Amino acid sequence: MIDDFERLSVSSLSRHYGRRKALSRVTFTCDAGDIVGLLGPNGAGKSTLLAILGTLLAPSEGTVEYGTVTAEKGGAGLRARIGMLGHDLFLYPELTALENLVFFGRMYGLPDAPARATAALDRAGLGERAHDAVSGYSRGMRQRVALERALLHRPRLLLLDEPFTGLDQASAAALVGRLREEQARGVLIVLATHDLDVVDGLLTRELFLRNGRLMDVGAGQGPLRDRYHAAITAS
Amino acid sequence: MKGFFRVAWLVVRKDMMVEARSLEVVSTTLFFALTVVLVFAFGLVREGTPVGDVSAAILWIATAFSGTLALGRTFERERQADTLRALMLAPADRPAIYAGKLAGMLLLMALVELVLVPLVGLLFQAPIVAYPWHLAALLLAGTTGFAAVGTLFAAMLVRARSRDVMLPILLYPITVPVMIAGVRGTAAIFQGTPDPDLARFWIALLLFFDVVFVTLALWTFEPVMTE
Repeated sequence: MIDDFERLSVSSLSRHYGRRKALSRVTFTCDAGDIVGLLGPNGAGKSTLLAILGTLLAPSEGTVEYGTVTAEKGGAGLRARIGMLGHDLFLYPELTALENLVFFGRMYGLPDAPARATAALDRAGLGERAHDAVSGYSRGMRQRVALERALLHRPRLLLLDEPFTGLDQASAAALVGRLREEQARGVLIVLATHDLDVVDGLLTRELFLRNGRLMDVGAGQGPLRDRYHAAITAS
Repeated sequence: MKGFFRVAWLVVRKDMMVEARSLEVVSTTLFFALTVVLVFAFGLVREGTPVGDVSAAILWIATAFSGTLALGRTFERERQADTLRALMLAPADRPAIYAGKLAGMLLLMALVELVLVPLVGLLFQAPIVAYPWHLAALLLAGTTGFAAVGTLFAAMLVRARSRDVMLPILLYPITVPVMIAGVRGTAAIFQGTPDPDLARFWIALLLFFDVVFVTLALWTFEPVMTE
């Protein structure tokens, strides 16, 4: 496993699918404790960027440095420091919540996986339903289990793709609280979302993406929704 | 090496737990395999006697077709909640994940073959107990070669839109040597005058294919899965 890194540096990152450019020369940095929002319409390249940051996708051009380590050099040790919550929740619906967390805990080599999984489900308020199959859970409950799965191995970099989808107000507020806890622990959080009102005030940095390009809008004032519309509609 | 087998075991155990809860792959694969054998039996058995020496070919056709169905369903399950990506994210040897998926497929196909072999023996009067160890070795070696290639391709195609069409198109041409060796080896022990030495030759050839296919698949799994 590699040490805690303080900075994530993305430099001139591009990803092409044939002639289509999903990402084009994206450059940014973020530091420990940052919550970075990837904001943009559907097809802007948010999920592609998250997949590259999660080492699931190789960039066509450019580099990503996790501290001083690149994805190629970091390998499994680097993956041990990354937690990811996808738009699909990365859970086996036939297994119980506890079985899912214990399985992934063991895949991450955690010696105390059952104890950590139990504690995580208690923290998510699902301790009493730990032995129920995930297929019987509501979307919000699944989302909470999936977040605990992503956090089980205490990652340094947390990547979230549309984490607020399908959550009611109380669940969204609980998720915001959980992200603030991780932020206080020094975790770097990058999240892609369309729920602008929920993340307004949560994000320490906003990156506006359109057609795979980062829109340079400078420091803005006012509600996030207004800044989003200004950035995305800017020519 | 210990870590490799630990991860492979975790993946196999998880696959078996999921299958034990749903019985989805076993039931559909078994039903399909039985249907294939019964259709051939209706077409090729006249008054209780098969029209030719066809039992070996039918056994392998049913194995290949039902195996393709099992491969598709197993990886469709991993696609639905994108869990294959979650496996790829884990700090585990990615070839170990492949080995676990392959072992899970072999267990499923072995279960289907346990039903298929007696059925073929019964309907086509094939002497399945004459050389049981030869038959077991042929099925194990042949199924391993088929599943080794199939598991790699099914994992590669999991996010492709036309995966159901592409899997057999890619899989069958490459596994033709395995199928031919399996059919010829099985025919050697099912024929009127069995030839166990010839069957041993085909078993050796199948083992050679297994070594080549499994080695190539373990080697290429990580690069092909990093999209």
